[in-house]
Amino acid sequence: MKKIFALIAAFVPAVALAAGGNVHLDEHRTDLHDTASLQRGAQTFANYCMGCHSMEHARYNRVAKDLEIPENLMMENLVFADKKFGDLMTIAMRPEDSKKWFGATPPDLTLVARVRRPDWLYTYLRSFYEDPSRPWGVNNVVFKDVGMPNVLGHLQGVQKLGTAHVKVGYDTLTGQEITEEREQVLYLDEEGSLSAEEFDKLVYDLVNFMVYMAEPIALERQTIGWWVLLFLVIFFVPVYFLNKEYWKDVK
Amino acid sequence: MSKQQNTLMGWIDDRLPVTQTYEKHMSKYYAPRNFNFWYFFGVLSMLMLANQILTGIWLTMNYVPSTDAAFASVEYIMRDVEWGWLLRYMHSTGATFFFIAVYLHMMRAILYGSYQKPRELIWIFGMLIYLALMAEAFMGYVLPWGQMSYWGAQVIISLFGAIPVIGEGLVEWIRGDFLISGATLNRFFALHVIAVPLVLVMLVVLHLLALHEVGSNNPDGVDIKKLKDENGKPLDGIPFHPYYTVHDMVGIVVFLMVFCTVMFFFPEGNGFMLEYANFEPANGLKTPAHIAPVWYFGAFYAILRAVPDKLLGVIAMGAAIAILFVLPWLDRSPVRSWRYKGWFSKIFIVIFAIDFVLLTWLGTQPATTTLTMVAQVASVIYFAFFIFMPFYTRMEKTKPVPERVTGGH
Repeated sequence: MKKIFALIAAFVPAVALAAGGNVHLDEHRTDLHDTASLQRGAQTFANYCMGCHSMEHARYNRVAKDLEIPENLMMENLVFADKKFGDLMTIAMRPEDSKKWFGATPPDLTLVARVRRPDWLYTYLRSFYEDPSRPWGVNNVVFKDVGMPNVLGHLQGVQKLGTAHVKVGYDTLTGQEITEEREQVLYLDEEGSLSAEEFDKLVYDLVNFMVYMAEPIALERQTIGWWVLLFLVIFFVPVYFLNKEYWKDVK
Repeated sequence: MSKQQNTLMGWIDDRLPVTQTYEKHMSKYYAPRNFNFWYFFGVLSMLMLANQILTGIWLTMNYVPSTDAAFASVEYIMRDVEWGWLLRYMHSTGATFFFIAVYLHMMRAILYGSYQKPRELIWIFGMLIYLALMAEAFMGYVLPWGQMSYWGAQVIISLFGAIPVIGEGLVEWIRGDFLISGATLNRFFALHVIAVPLVLVMLVVLHLLALHEVGSNNPDGVDIKKLKDENGKPLDGIPFHPYYTVHDMVGIVVFLMVFCTVMFFFPEGNGFMLEYANFEPANGLKTPAHIAPVWYFGAFYAILRAVPDKLLGVIAMGAAIAILFVLPWLDRSPVRSWRYKGWFSKIFIVIFAIDFVLLTWLGTQPATTTLTMVAQVASVIYFAFFIFMPFYTRMEKTKPVPERVTGGH
């Protein structure tokens, strides 16, 4: 029992299931400069997501270039089947089949980070819990009755939704943890192959990658933006003085 | 005139009044010398119109107007077309800044009574431009064929269905189908890239011709043509070129700084310019949880929703726009500028401005009970500003208007 509490304490920024579907979302501090994180995210996406989800608006070679992945490594690890380097990241699974298997066709994920936003994805992917009434044995706090199985389940372990002790803070005098019994919280019932921190990191990287994919130009856009603003500031000087020169004879 | 000149320009001028036109509208167009900050938004609106037309032309080169390919072609522009992302963001951000400029331009007219005699036609043409702009923006938003494109169009077009008798038929006629479909998308594309832009440009020409016929108003509402020097030039007027061309350049550069900051760093405008749900392809079977118009339609959408009855709501929304057309005849004040109007006008103008911003915000929010009540009060205030105008502008005590313009440079 004690071990379980410890696990909860480590894992939980507890996702409480509030009425009306307004779930508290954990913050995802997206960092598109962290190329290593993006590369790991790409790897996770290729291994765990791309079986069912396409990114049909993006091309492998663009990802390789932006994420600084050499072509041969990209082709070996991230490009499957008979795909070419410059191809769109489509998948072989036919929509009619997947609809039959999952109840709904798994959506294309190129733009999902712009639709759902990073915080939502980061929380959603960590919020599956055991629910025998569902076809895949899992449900999700953020996306109720979702058709997707918990593909990262063996990494995370088995999560349950119920009453558990949650860390709420520290005693100011003794420094000891204060826990509180809460209803309707997620707790880890069985450990997975990754620790809670490792799993959070994996999902963080994955979401980071998805944010990159949703708008691959984002970083360059901002860099160019600074140059354009610099130009405008410099250009303002002659424009301002030209105006002043002309207007000095207007009384 | 340059009839005697034995030059190329003289040759052309004998056949086409180039120099004469240039002088009439630029170098010998006398504008009041006391234009302030508010007077930048006319030229800024034109800048945005040019931006929309130019970026639009290049977007059209890669956009595919079909239900199967529209969404993917926009992403193709964003990813595979060289600088396509910049064209797209210039266009989408441009729409927002076009409306910001137009709204402030209209506010300027309200502040200084620029719609009053003899400038009623300028105001009417301006309102027609605004109307065309709303149609243009609405149809443009459908083209990316995202969820909000589809459901936004669904909501707006269905409004016409509230009209008795002909409503249902009219809705079908607009859609060209029994529901929003490829037929709708294709006709909106045609109207968005050809018909409405043509109308817009022609209306802008008329707007300017009417303006240059009677001359510009100014923050004091003083008629500068009354007092002229020995050469017949207005004492308080200065040639538009070069004085206001160099002056406008300053405003344009500052405006571009703001424009570029938003475009390069916040192109989604926090979901107000590019709505998050619109990054998901249109799906007629899946209604989004919250259908909100883009921010610039917010005020009128809020008025529509404030009325519990659908038909009456549509009428209220239509009236909110229509009443602007008759503004020149509602204002009975003997003075133009709010600087010399009475307290009633001053307070009402400030309240109206705040009210419009509030309505705009309300239109983008889900309609909760509280917000609907706020929207109802705000709608009443919106109409009160216009309905009571003939009375308070006539009754209130105005200040004497000076002979010459004040302030400026």
